[in-house]
Amino acid sequence: MRVELRLAGAGGQGLITAGIILAEACAKYTDLNVAQTQSYGPESRGGASRADVIISSNEIDYPEVKAPDVLVVMTQEAADKYIPGVKDGGTVIVDTTYVKQLPEAQSKGFKVIEFPISGKARELGREIVANIVALGLLTEATGIVPNDAVMAGVLNRVPKGTEELNKQAFAAGVEAAKGL
Amino acid sequence: MAENKARLLQGNEAVVEGAIAAGLRFFAGYPITPSTEIAEQAAAKLPTVGGKFIQMEDEIASMAAVCGASLAGVKSMTATSGPGFSLKQENLGFAVKGEIPCVVVNVQRVGPSTGMPTSPAQGDVMQARWGSHGDHEIVALCPSSVEEAFRLTVEAFNIAEEYRTPVILLMDEVIGHLREKVVLPSKEELTIKHREKPSVPPEQYKPFAMDQGRIPGVPPLAAYGEGYRFHVTGLTHGEDGFPTNNPAIAEKQIKRINEKISSNRKALCKVERFFLNDAEVVVVAYGATARSARKAVKDAREQGIKAGLLRPITIWPFVEDALSEVKANLPKAVIVPEMNLGQLVLPVRRVMGDSVPVIQINKLAGQLIEPEEILSAIKEAV
Repeated sequence: MRVELRLAGAGGQGLITAGIILAEACAKYTDLNVAQTQSYGPESRGGASRADVIISSNEIDYPEVKAPDVLVVMTQEAADKYIPGVKDGGTVIVDTTYVKQLPEAQSKGFKVIEFPISGKARELGREIVANIVALGLLTEATGIVPNDAVMAGVLNRVPKGTEELNKQAFAAGVEAAKGL
Repeated sequence: MAENKARLLQGNEAVVEGAIAAGLRFFAGYPITPSTEIAEQAAAKLPTVGGKFIQMEDEIASMAAVCGASLAGVKSMTATSGPGFSLKQENLGFAVKGEIPCVVVNVQRVGPSTGMPTSPAQGDVMQARWGSHGDHEIVALCPSSVEEAFRLTVEAFNIAEEYRTPVILLMDEVIGHLREKVVLPSKEELTIKHREKPSVPPEQYKPFAMDQGRIPGVPPLAAYGEGYRFHVTGLTHGEDGFPTNNPAIAEKQIKRINEKISSNRKALCKVERFFLNDAEVVVVAYGATARSARKAVKDAREQGIKAGLLRPITIWPFVEDALSEVKANLPKAVIVPEMNLGQLVLPVRRVMGDSVPVIQINKLAGQLIEPEEILSAIKEAV
């Protein structure tokens, strides 16, 4: 088993953090192997940003994602750039707060999950937790890493004092995935 | 949730963990992408183990500070990327000449010049070898996983201490930024080496003695502040450390600091052999590129093609003997994929001579060479 996941959007949306949390949960709480890579520009905010996670029951040789099984897109630019590369039959999670139009999916039979991820985070109090809402959605929709493992991973990595907000954000993502 | 023993660790973080396990207690640096996490982690962790972190005004000063701290008896390291590595060359040469144990990490990004800061390359292979002027030997190690980044950092310190020499940990952005599941070895599993201290009283101490030391040609090193007063200079010096223009002494000393490395090539040169025994096509790859090569070799084997991988773990001194063994088996071809225009392929080609065709695969623009690219070269070669 080798599953490739990609989280793509803009710098500052916390997608690299989300990728690290998922990978860390996988490393600490499952028997699976995991590798996490990222791609970002020289800027610390803005610009394109991408986190990739590979989860495998075998040794991971080539550490980069080629065709994701699961893709989360949180900007229109990311949607346009990465949706066409998703594996046949893969899952695409779309933040409809920022992604207004899906590119031609070339009849690959994607499962598309649309949800206003950033809007939901704003509703909860701060848009900065959009990455954790996305992580909730991703975790529930894919079922590769147990929800409580990822939640524990979230609490390991977020700043002190923001635990409650992040818990709510994660739960909101999980709920959204269940309802879809 | 029950945690297992594994952690998710980044290559750069693993370097700091390895360094501290090896005894690092002084880091001077000037942060630069993609090595910045090494400085960040060193700054966070060194104070907790009684060590010192200092951010210097530039890379030249960082390397100077590392030399100074090491002469004071403290295991020292700096980390940088291409542009900073260029600046460190002068004092790196000083460390070679002054025989100052230290570790210099270079997490390679695309060059030349400031190039592409966040993208991987392997373009500093020859700079690691010849970046500093004058005849000198250098040791450079090249990890291809996060766990190996830890282990080779420990090894780099051990070699630096044992041979009184700077050691370069030549990483690339892929391995530096890659996070992987790792179980780090415990303290008991690690061998930690320390420089040999003089056994003679201060008045008899010769810091650059020709004929002393556990390893021939590696004289014991006193620490400044322990009562041994001695002179360290980049000028060619005699056994007492003071400059000399005496050709006989100069020749002996220059030869000694070269031969202490070159005559120990067997001990220093480490490789990984993967399906080499019956290989008809041999891939020679290092660093992140070796990960793609490994996958390509596995895929080739699944298709019934006898491919193998030789992975130099030690980049310098060059793994001459392992390559000669490959040559002796007369494979149909040797393939050398590199994220540069072809650097390690040069000594590979020198060893293979006219006996074995050497094919290079090169990528320049900050993208890891993919397994399929190597696999198709393997298929073409058989």
